[in-house]
Amino acid sequence: MPAVALLVFREVLEAALIISVVCAATRGVPRRGSFVLAGIGLGVTGALLVAVGADYIASLAGGAGQDIFNAGVLLSAVVMIGWHVVWMSSHGRELAEHMQSVGGAVKAGSRSLTLLLTVVALAVLREGSEIVLFLYGMAAGGIGRGGLAAGIAVGVGAGAILGFALYFGLLRIPIKHFFSVTNAMLILLAAGLASTAAGFLVQSDLLPTWGSQVWNTSRLLSDDSLLGRTLGILIGYKAAPAGVQIVFYLVTAALLVAGLRWQQRRASAPSASAVPREGSHEALP
Amino acid sequence: MRFLLPVAAITSLAWGGPAAAAEMPEFALVIKDHSYQPSELKVPADTKFKLRVTNEDATPEEFESTDFNRETVVLAKHSILVYVGPLHAGTYGFFGDFHRDTAQGRLIVE
Repeated sequence: MPAVALLVFREVLEAALIISVVCAATRGVPRRGSFVLAGIGLGVTGALLVAVGADYIASLAGGAGQDIFNAGVLLSAVVMIGWHVVWMSSHGRELAEHMQSVGGAVKAGSRSLTLLLTVVALAVLREGSEIVLFLYGMAAGGIGRGGLAAGIAVGVGAGAILGFALYFGLLRIPIKHFFSVTNAMLILLAAGLASTAAGFLVQSDLLPTWGSQVWNTSRLLSDDSLLGRTLGILIGYKAAPAGVQIVFYLVTAALLVAGLRWQQRRASAPSASAVPREGSHEALP
Repeated sequence: MRFLLPVAAITSLAWGGPAAAAEMPEFALVIKDHSYQPSELKVPADTKFKLRVTNEDATPEEFESTDFNRETVVLAKHSILVYVGPLHAGTYGFFGDFHRDTAQGRLIVE
């Protein structure tokens, strides 16, 4: 039971942290809860399918299928998060400032919900497929149903509690700074996921390492510790990253920061010119 | 993503040459009864190498190392190839994430 609980906890924690950050970032969007649940449902279904098809996935691309698949899942999440950060940075602000645009609010809301659903599903899929393979092995190895069920319950429960703790902790941030904080967190989260994706491609030799361990801080904070794992998801902490992982991290963060600034500039420029346009429109008839 | 594709294409071209692949040393690990055989593997320092991990058990295992950052599932009765290093001289632990109590091993890099 303890072994089951520990592994399930580690994997659930990683997914739960990601879900908490994207949930916080989409605060105030209506019908959020049902989309998170739908994302979890899709993710669990996907995880089962991936576990069943693990044999096939592993055989793809000359044996590199598993790494390409993992990298693909992570990079898809990076693209979704990046899109949200860049797009919402302008439109989210407009929305907050001019809540009269009901159509716009619904549109922005549905875009956020797409992000939420996809990222939640991808996070659950990735961590879940590992859990499924592990549990299958445990069940085949003769662990009793009671032990299995108790391990799953404790693992999922503990992981979910930490996820909720992060979410409610984030909600305490004053609303004035709230979306700046969640944007920054999304950028760090995406950068970390991109560098993890690079790691998968490195272990299949699809990317050069550019230095297999540029630094090593595992004695200070191991990737395997609870704090190391938590920071690994939240800010992309890696105790001994490869050079190419650092490059992926920095490039992703730089692209998102640049996109965010560009959109914010674009958003503030037209809103200034929008005032005379509205005025002239009213003057016409 | 956009920058990944050309990079991956270039490196896979460079790596695809049979000569380059043949020069890279290969080492083997076997997972049996949820433990690694050998549990200590000597590999050369500052050299990139291939690790063939074969799972002879009837259940899946995850070959994982936080010391040299590798993580890959090895299905029952399957083998996978992981590229490792180049690593500096030293000792690097690895484990089977699905059976941590028994599946423990070390790379002795020298």
